[in-house]
Amino acid sequence: MTAERTAAPPVVRTAKDRDAIAFGVMAALLAIAPFVVYPVFLMKALCFALFACAFNLLIGYVGLLSFGHAMFLGGAAYCTAHAAKAWGLPPEIAILFGTAVAAALGLAVGALAIRRQGIYFAMITLGLAQMFYFVCLRAEFTGGENGIQAVPRGRLLGFIDLDGTMTMYFAVLAIFLGGFALIHRTIHSPFGEVLKAIREHEPRAISLGYDVDKYKLLAFVLSAALAGLAGATKAIVFQLASLTDVHWTMSGDVVLITLLGGLGRVYGPVVGAFVIVALENYLAPFGSWITVIQGGIFIVCVLTFRQGIVGEIEEWRERARARSARAS
Amino acid sequence: MTIPPQALFSQLLIGLINGSFYALLSLGLAIIFGLLNVINFAHGALYTTGAFVAWFLLQYAGLGYWPSLVVAPLVVGLFGVLLERTMLQRLAKLDPLYGLLLTFGVALVIQGLFRIQFGSSGQPYEIPDALKGATDVGFMVLPNYRAWVIVFSVLVCSATWYVIERTKLGSYLRAATENPVLVRAFGINVPRLVTLTYGAGVGLAALAGVLAAPIYRVSPLMGADQIIVVFAVVVIGGMGSILGSIVSGFSLGLIEGLTKVFYPEASDTVLFVLMALVLVFKPAGLFGRVT
Repeated sequence: MTAERTAAPPVVRTAKDRDAIAFGVMAALLAIAPFVVYPVFLMKALCFALFACAFNLLIGYVGLLSFGHAMFLGGAAYCTAHAAKAWGLPPEIAILFGTAVAAALGLAVGALAIRRQGIYFAMITLGLAQMFYFVCLRAEFTGGENGIQAVPRGRLLGFIDLDGTMTMYFAVLAIFLGGFALIHRTIHSPFGEVLKAIREHEPRAISLGYDVDKYKLLAFVLSAALAGLAGATKAIVFQLASLTDVHWTMSGDVVLITLLGGLGRVYGPVVGAFVIVALENYLAPFGSWITVIQGGIFIVCVLTFRQGIVGEIEEWRERARARSARAS
Repeated sequence: MTIPPQALFSQLLIGLINGSFYALLSLGLAIIFGLLNVINFAHGALYTTGAFVAWFLLQYAGLGYWPSLVVAPLVVGLFGVLLERTMLQRLAKLDPLYGLLLTFGVALVIQGLFRIQFGSSGQPYEIPDALKGATDVGFMVLPNYRAWVIVFSVLVCSATWYVIERTKLGSYLRAATENPVLVRAFGINVPRLVTLTYGAGVGLAALAGVLAAPIYRVSPLMGADQIIVVFAVVVIGGMGSILGSIVSGFSLGLIEGLTKVFYPEASDTVLFVLMALVLVFKPAGLFGRVT
């Protein structure tokens, strides 16, 4: 018996094991983090990370660059804030409501935008998001320039008081991990494989008999809904929904986060979100220099660093693994 | 509903003015897109730069409006040439989305730098002496400067159309849009053509900026929102034809002006609604070719 056990072959980690380990490490790090780092900062980063993961689902796995994702983040934020404040709904229902509105908005916008590809897709989503911005600016319930302030956090499921920072943090963490796992599952499902096939070669996917538009639309709605979930959570955490959330600069921010972290890398947007939110925190006193630096990061990333932080690390590890395989 | 004719005509005039800027900007975008396959997100920022160059020239070199009308597009065009040679050229073989991201970054840098220097408020720029005042044309009082902007931009658009569609240089350009490799085989320096085209396209944006300076104030954000509307104009018109982008620029400006008269609440959004309608009924755009 014992001899057999020692003779067992060395553990071979499959890609699935590695994914599980990576996810576990991330969850553990994020669970310890609030005892070391300012939790409000972490909550902001997590909201942006989920937002960027949702965006990455489109650009990274379907090859669609949406320049209007702020409308889903901001739209859900407004609806959640309104539901929690004016209607007095509990936070989980308010968040679900915001997410549902974002999904519906995603269905309408997606149905229009997927009629064109590439650059046009980016311009169309940008245009529709700008229209949505003007609607929010004019509408009564959004509070115009003031936004919706002092949104009550309420009690989650009726008994978890979200006014405590740590409780709020772990609620946000749970939402983030849930959203992240859903995206991860989607990417590795047969549905996700079809999405990648569309990204690589759309005419081939069509000739294989896939209804490409349906797949694209479904991916768009999913991405919009998850971006909405991020916005809804953000509105509850910061007790605020404002025009900043729907402005095109927010759409630009999420592109930047994903590009810097790594387009089409599962962990790219998470890393990117932490870097960019930290950068914005530290540079806040320098005002418009933030815009200049963000623009600079865009330029550097596009010219020399197209894989992003996570992409570069993964490539470096691949090379190291190949080298050790050759050595043995 | 009765609308006083004076109000109607003045809104139509504003519509035509906006249309002139839409036409000049979407024309530049279309030319650049044709040859570089890049949507120039920096177009709005370079339009702003054109206005600021004019303001700088007046403030520090004593050069007035008329010289600025030539110098500012040249300066911005030269900057465009540098931008194309140092950055955009490296992206030629990549997915065109990278060009969009790069020029978005350039736009943020330019806009941020102007804001650091000037804040968000605008600098006034005076109407040149020769164009001050207004003329009574019977049905309305027409401010001279505004009439000039419309006439001049129609001229510039026509000239651009003529160069592209009717001259030898234009035929090279159109040929290089269709098949750059073949045109190169005929001994035409296509990379230089591409660089100069980008320079010319952003020069047009700067020209629009100088024209706009006396009407709007010269401010760091003047181009940022403008460019999003121009993108909608481009989607509506389709980028396949030069004439198409000119016509759709002017007519969409007019439609926007009419909306301000009859349903002012929708004036911010009407072009985006039109964009959505065009996508439903004619996805390639009114003048576009199916891609």
